[in-house]
Amino acid sequence: MADMHAIRVTVNGLPYEATVESRLLLADFLRDHLGLVGTHLGCEHGVCGACTVILNGRTVRSCLVFAVQADGAQIMTVEGLARDSQFHPLQEAFRDKQGLQCGFCTPGMLMRAYEFLQENPNPTEEEIREAIAGNLCRCTGYQFIVEAIQDAAARMAVASR
Amino acid sequence: MKPAAFTYFAPSSLDQAVSLLADHAPEAKPLAGGQSLIPLINFRLAESRYLIDLNRISELSYIREADGTIAIGAMTRQFEAERSELVSRTIPLLTEALRFTGHPTIRHRGTVGGALAHADPAAELPAVAVALGAELVARGPAGTRTIPAGEFFLGPLSTALAPDELLVEVRIPQLPPRAGWAFLELSRRHGDFAIVGVAAVITLAPDGRVERASLALCGAGPKPVRASRAEAALAGASPSQERFREAGEIAAQEIDPDSDLHASAYYRRRVATVLVRRALAEAHRRATEGR
Ligand SMILES: Cc1cc2nc3c(=O)[nH]c(=O)nc-3n(C[C@H](O)[C@H](O)[C@H](O)COP(=O)(O)OP(=O)(O)OC[C@H]3O[C@@H](n4cnc5c(N)ncnc54)[C@H](O)[C@@H]3O)c2cc1C
Ligand code: FES
Ligand code: FES
Repeated sequence: MADMHAIRVTVNGLPYEATVESRLLLADFLRDHLGLVGTHLGCEHGVCGACTVILNGRTVRSCLVFAVQADGAQIMTVEGLARDSQFHPLQEAFRDKQGLQCGFCTPGMLMRAYEFLQENPNPTEEEIREAIAGNLCRCTGYQFIVEAIQDAAARMAVASR
Repeated sequence: MKPAAFTYFAPSSLDQAVSLLADHAPEAKPLAGGQSLIPLINFRLAESRYLIDLNRISELSYIREADGTIAIGAMTRQFEAERSELVSRTIPLLTEALRFTGHPTIRHRGTVGGALAHADPAAELPAVAVALGAELVARGPAGTRTIPAGEFFLGPLSTALAPDELLVEVRIPQLPPRAGWAFLELSRRHGDFAIVGVAAVITLAPDGRVERASLALCGAGPKPVRASRAEAALAGASPSQERFREAGEIAAQEIDPDSDLHASAYYRRRVATVLVRRALAEAHRRATEGR
């Protein structure tokens, strides 16, 4: 008999209830059960960062949390960034600065950058590089991602004035 | 790959966790931050019929002062310990080492107890525990016992914990006055496991000589390696670059590194020579400048 558990989570502000098997990863719950396929699975062992989501206010690897462990949690995924079909300034900056090519790493990059810019709204290039060191990108060579995050910081500073 | 099926328990108290583990060991494993265990489960390299999730046990998450030591509950997130003002004031070597332990996203979930219980030979925290002479508190069905860090780590991913024992706390002595510290490591990328890492503490006598030196290395053998001959060579010595260089050479002979994908044993020894010298120089600088 499968080991099933009832859970309740809030994802991007919406409440969900589900019954999940204990071995179900949070990433697979978001993708397969809730249809939130913005969260990507690259490596399934914590190394690539593509599956990064925000769990109770902090980034985590959703491939390294079981869905059952998220019972009661507030979760934000990349789908939660845009508001009223308006891109978040981070997303605009990634688009304008070509901070993505294939886009596979982008959801994780955005979630980590979103958290990082809240802690450090005016970072140096060095700080940005360290902040995203846990997110791998096979395409861009990182330079455009760093520039996009710098650009997003500037846009967000203007927006909050 | 996806995990094999298991039965999941999420006890809310330590007593419940201890009895669940006693009931199901050795087929049960405690689940802490999951940042090392879940990768192994996802790859089906570790299979446990039962997982006992410690994340709902709030009594295992704390940092407090207790008779000259800092007691850290096993489920304290690495991230919380890194940000703790008490830790950075009393055992700054730990704060410095935590910045090398994976990435912030990993440290948000990874726990202090998990990093110690996992006993990865390249991990930073076991080396810090050994260098600082920490004590690890374990609890099982027979009760509580205290294990010195020097006896806790037995080999790669292997510790003195019995299958039905939980690590509940680590007690780390505060740095004495006139002590300086440094943690240095070489890795491929910031946040990767160490190719070699060094934890160093120097305590100076009032006359400026070295009263005591502590040196432990990670990535340097099957478990954290204490460089005791290098420590002995420094005790009583007048600190100088030359002395630190000698200590680096002695330490490089004491370690027992492997060759792997990332570096050869020869390279690791060379890196250890340099890192020990630099860590001692930095520890000495901090000891003399009053931090
Ligand atoms: C991308 C990435 C990079 C990383 N980089 C580093 C790095 O540079 N340095 C480093 O040191 N680590 C690194 N890690 C590992 C990380 O630090 C883990 O958090 C840590 O090794 C294990 O802690 P955990 O709380 O996640 O434990 P878990 O993964 O939950 O558990 C690990 C093991 O310890 C056992 N265990 C855990 N807690 C207890 C307890 N209280 N009592 C008894 N047994 C227990 C578990 O049963 C399991 O066998 C990295 C991980 C990832 C994914
Ligand atoms: S899929 Fe989670 S870190 Fe790669
Ligand atoms: S854009 Fe392709 S992996 Fe980053």
